[in-house]
Formats: sequence, structure tokens, C-alpha cells
Amino acid sequence: MGLAKRIIPCLDVDDGRVVKGVQFVDIRDAGDPVEVAKRYNDAGADEITFLDITASHEGRDTTLHTVERIASQVFIPLTVGGGVRTLEDIRNLLNAGADKVGINSAAVHNPEFVREAAERFGSQCIVVAIDAKKVSAESEPNRWEIFTHGGRKPTGLDAVEWAKRMTDYGAGEILLTSMDRDGTKNGFDIALTRAISDAVPVPVIASGGVGNLQHLVDGVIQGGADAVLAASIFHFGEYSVEEAKRFMQNAGIEMRV
Amino acid sequence: MSEVVAVIDYGMGNLHSAGKALEKVASGQQILITGDADQIRAADRVVFPGVGAIRDCIGVLRETGLDEAIRDVIAAGKPLLGICVGMQALMAHSEENNGVDCLGVFDGEVAFFGEMQDETGSKLKVPHMGWNQVQQGMAHPMWAGIANNARFYFVHSYCVTGMSDDEVAGFCDYGRRFAAAVTRNNVFAVQFHPEKSADAGLTLLENFLRWQP
Repeated sequence: MGLAKRIIPCLDVDDGRVVKGVQFVDIRDAGDPVEVAKRYNDAGADEITFLDITASHEGRDTTLHTVERIASQVFIPLTVGGGVRTLEDIRNLLNAGADKVGINSAAVHNPEFVREAAERFGSQCIVVAIDAKKVSAESEPNRWEIFTHGGRKPTGLDAVEWAKRMTDYGAGEILLTSMDRDGTKNGFDIALTRAISDAVPVPVIASGGVGNLQHLVDGVIQGGADAVLAASIFHFGEYSVEEAKRFMQNAGIEMRV
Repeated sequence: MSEVVAVIDYGMGNLHSAGKALEKVASGQQILITGDADQIRAADRVVFPGVGAIRDCIGVLRETGLDEAIRDVIAAGKPLLGICVGMQALMAHSEENNGVDCLGVFDGEVAFFGEMQDETGSKLKVPHMGWNQVQQGMAHPMWAGIANNARFYFVHSYCVTGMSDDEVAGFCDYGRRFAAAVTRNNVFAVQFHPEKSADAGLTLLENFLRWQP
């Protein structure tokens, strides 16, 4: 009995359409985020994360409309991240029906933004997204640094120190992505996940690198993650959310099944 | 005339989720999101949601007179459902924000989860965020069609303690045992978010719309 670990499918959305390919085996057009979110909801996903990769200003209104449509039909928590820079961005997303908002590069550019956001809207809805990359040599003790611009731009910030600082400023949750593992299907960076999870008092979502169901188990048991986020293994029907939950439960992890 | 269900809007957080979920399960009732004390008093049922910090919540309720509207709804015997901070606001006192006196509908105290460890000795994360089991403390029409120990979605750093067991409709364990649902007469309040708890949550909201205390 107790709190279940969470499985969170992640959708990349551009101008109101799911991109980076979501292709359920038995559905032809899976480009509508509402349809995809409903499918994951019905499959037992514990939350949905929606990453807005829309570049244009007009596209942002489409995003709000999409969030509204999802929120009126999907009754599990919804986190929206991507391009969140101002308190008004946050207010608009929450009003549209997001439960949590992910802040990434805006936190690096102006850490006080996280403090203001948590004070205004409450820590429970402020998720700080961290993109980290290993910068230590094999012979050295592990050290990870924060990168922005999709892993291209180093910031000089130590990932563990940064995560601690963000929770001091009021972040209610950390979404941790290993830039070394993202897209590799080689599994989470377990040492990174463990280092951050042990360092902060708030829940940590592990992300980046999931290629099979054992990776999800490792993220929780070895990495100490409170939730695991994955995209491609679910999008292409390799594994269903139900299968993942059963697998994790059989490994002794408390799940909502 | 169809029934009116008022969702109290006092400017705190996301009320749309509660409204949308109620609309999903309503059968003929009108869901009205409102901050108007008279509309709230006139409604047939009232939902009192809330997120954020308790000091701001209580402050706004007192400034706008909505605290009195809530008392009147309760005194009139109309069904009232408190959610999350809405439940905490119904207690006597909260230790959040260096101590805040709340509405005192129930005698409970709202306490910080604090530094706690799980069975394995690792530190428990706060906020308590995610799906946890609710052990039903009593038979109640609000639990109709919901399995004992069903999971609901929680997100909170403070929890209700010090209630007498005969008013605790549901318990939850997270480092300590706390009240996940409380009830007296026409009032039912839950710490979790039924509007974000998938089927179990929607069933609870549907039960509320039918509840005849």
C-alpha cells in the first residue's frame, strides 16, 4: 500500500498536431493530440506530458486551444512545457486546463522566474525541466552540466547544484532528461537520476533513453525516480502502457493497475 | 428548472478542471463557475475547490465574504464538496504560512508532511504527488461504485490530522496516516483531486451530483 510510481507518455506537439510520429498499431491518423491523449488515458497512463515545440507566435494560441480540448476530455493530470517564459504564459496554460507547467531555458536565463512562478501559482504546478549532459572524464567522479538549445549550449551550471537550487526556489517537481541518452534507447542515465533524486526533496521524473521495459524498472529501482517518462516505445506500439505497468509491478514496484 | 451546481471561483488556481469534469458527469444539472456569494447561496449544490497557499485562500475568502456564503450553504443543508485546499480551508487551523486560522467547520489541524522516511529508510518526497490508495473509513453514498483502496491523484505538502475517526470517510498513508476524505452531515471533503483521478474520480463526482444528505 502506498504511493504508486507513475508512467508518463510524452507528446511533442507542433501547431496543434502531434509530431515525431505517434503511430498506434491500430490507428491510422494519430496526429490529433486529443485523440492520442485519450488513448493514453484509456490505457492507464498516470499523467500526460505535452511538449509544445511550436515556434510561431500564432501557434501559441493553437496550443492553448489544444490544451483546452484535451482538458475537457482527459481527466488525468496534464503537464505542458516548451517556450514558457512569462507569468502570463503560465497563467494562460493553467486557465486552458494544464495542471502543471514545465519551465526549462527561462529558468536558466532568469532563475528568479521560478521563484515568482511558484509564489504566484503554487509549487505544485511548477515543474523545472533540466537537460543534463555528463562532462566528467571516465576516471573522474561523475559531474553533469546543464545544457540548453537541445543540448548544444553548455551553461557551466552543475546539474545537481542546479536541481537543488530550483527546488529551493519553489519547483514542485524536476523533469530530468539525460542529453547523452535521449533518443538512444540505451536506458536512463542511472547515476545521474540517482544523484538528482537523492539531492532534492521533491519528486523526480526520469527521461531520455528508454528502449525497453527493464529500463523503466531500472529508473525507479536503481535511479530512485518517482516517475518515468517515455515517448517512442509507446508511440509506435512497441509496448503498451498496460504492459509496462504489469512489468514494473512484477518487478516489485507499486503501480496503479 | 434544472439543478444548479456552483463551483466557487475565488481566483485561486485552475477551476476549469473541476468544472469540466462535473460537466462530463452531469445529467441535466447546470455547472456554474462563480465568485458571486448570492449565486453560491442560491445554488442547489456547491463545490469548493482550491490549490495554492492557505493564507491567500483564506484571505480572499474573508475579503470577498465567500467564507460566510460557505457557512450559509452548510447551514442550509445543501451538499458541499471540498477539494484539496478547499478541504484544508474547512479545518480549524493550518500550520502553513506560519499558522493560519481556517473556517473551523471541522476540528482538524492541517500539518506539514515533514521529514519522513519510507520503510527502506529513504526520504519521502514532498509534495505527496501521484496516485495513492484511499481506504474507506465508512460506508457512504459518495463511495458508491468505488472500490475500497481505489487510487486517486494527490498533490499536496500539508495534510489533515487530528480528526475524530467517526468523521473520516477515507484514510491515506504516506509516511503517516492522514485523512483523505472527511464528512459530516451535508459536507464531504477530499484531499485528492477527483477531477484528475480518471474513472474513480469521475464516479465520486457523479455520486456528489446525486447525493441527498
